[in-house]
Amino acid sequence: MSTPMLIIDNLHAEVDGKPILKGLSLTVNAGEVHAIMGPNGAGKSTLSYVLAGRDGYEVTGGSVTFRGEDLLGRAPHERAAAGLFLGLQYPVEIPGVSNLLFLRTALNAQRTLRGEPEVSGAEFMKLARAAAEKLGLPFDMMKRAVNQGFSGGEKKRNEMVQMHVLKPWLAVLDETDSGLDIDALRVVSDGINAMRSPEHATLLITHYQRLLDYVVPDHIHVLMDGRIVHSGGADLAHRLEAEGYSALAA
Amino acid sequence: MSALPTRKDEAFRYSDLAAVARHWPVAVEPVVVAAGESHAEVIVSTADSPAIRHLAIDVGAGAACRYTIIDGGRDYGRLALDVTLHEGADFALGCVLIGTGAQTLELVTTVRHAGPGATSRQIVRAVAGGAATTTYLGQVAVAREAQKTDSSQSFKAILLNRGATANAKPELEIFADDVKCAHGAAIGELDRNALFYLTSRGVPPAQARALLTRAFLSDALEGLDEAAVETLDAAITARLEAAA
Repeated sequence: MSTPMLIIDNLHAEVDGKPILKGLSLTVNAGEVHAIMGPNGAGKSTLSYVLAGRDGYEVTGGSVTFRGEDLLGRAPHERAAAGLFLGLQYPVEIPGVSNLLFLRTALNAQRTLRGEPEVSGAEFMKLARAAAEKLGLPFDMMKRAVNQGFSGGEKKRNEMVQMHVLKPWLAVLDETDSGLDIDALRVVSDGINAMRSPEHATLLITHYQRLLDYVVPDHIHVLMDGRIVHSGGADLAHRLEAEGYSALAA
Repeated sequence: MSALPTRKDEAFRYSDLAAVARHWPVAVEPVVVAAGESHAEVIVSTADSPAIRHLAIDVGAGAACRYTIIDGGRDYGRLALDVTLHEGADFALGCVLIGTGAQTLELVTTVRHAGPGATSRQIVRAVAGGAATTTYLGQVAVAREAQKTDSSQSFKAILLNRGATANAKPELEIFADDVKCAHGAAIGELDRNALFYLTSRGVPPAQARALLTRAFLSDALEGLDEAAVETLDAAITARLEAAA
């Protein structure tokens, strides 16, 4: 029997007073990979920011339960410590802060909040090295400022490195495939697949079916105008690619 | 330098004049770096440091002079550096101003390229929290004889909240025609995207702000060795904690 990891119930949210999510409901169980597809402006990125708790994304109704507890009342860093990870569509550059410092600070802040001891410098370096190697990110890049001067593909690999070190229960990956060439897509997909386990779950948010050839989801949902309008299995992606979103809306 | 300055003096237009009056007159401290020599000095102000200092620094031909300044330790602080560079001399300044509470901190630099082929590089970073005011007045003057001058001046300030103030007045006065003079001044806030990124990874907001602020200041410590940076870091962190 699978346990619900994330329960989104009738979620309404707005940005600058404009309603974007209009009654979105979705349940993701542990061990599952879900993909949300939808046209531009459907609310895909808004959903990911609402889940992560970004300023300016106001929830006006509904609820989100994460691992049995209310998610929406928590601050972004508390959500991260609870095991939620948001892979950004456009990872931010932070001059003057090295990747290693960024990641170690994040990991230890999460552990502190969970009441776990901090990892030592040596332990952390081992984790970071292993993750960078797995994701094909040269370790020298871990010493550089966060994402500064990184190509689009390197930024996405860096997101995956962070995910592997932080080991979230649920990863919400917003357009992780955008800007990737085929080789990078393969590496990133392997990175996502390596996180698959009966205890973990992934929510992929994507425009294209391409990523879903490499990371085969258990469920695909179509998001249009702020609501899930259709759900199906992995084969739905190919139907969408062939027929477009509008065919479903009709 | 004996008459008490007024608001009409350009160099004092943003000053806390009442504080200036309490500490006036100020003796000018001469610093001479002889030709071919090098001189490096670190000034970290504390609550007991003199409120106002005025250094007249003469850097001889081919000599090098570097000042690293961490200022933030008293109610009113003003540091004036008058630098004269002779042929082929080099001047480097890295300065961090951290204003908190009702502090007023001022840095006033005048770098005169008197001889040819001299270089100067100034990096000033300011953080103002509370109702603090930080001011940078920076003049670079290149004499007619000072061909092949290579000078740069960069000022950036971050305001931690709405009540804080940063003033910047970069000024170039160039009489030679074969020179490189770069300058830039910017005042802003911490990057909200970077703040969200850090918090979304689990870093509490106060810690995220401190990390970004510290990173913003790091330019001013460029080129120092690791041990020196570590020592100054401790001073900076203590000031930032007071500013947060």
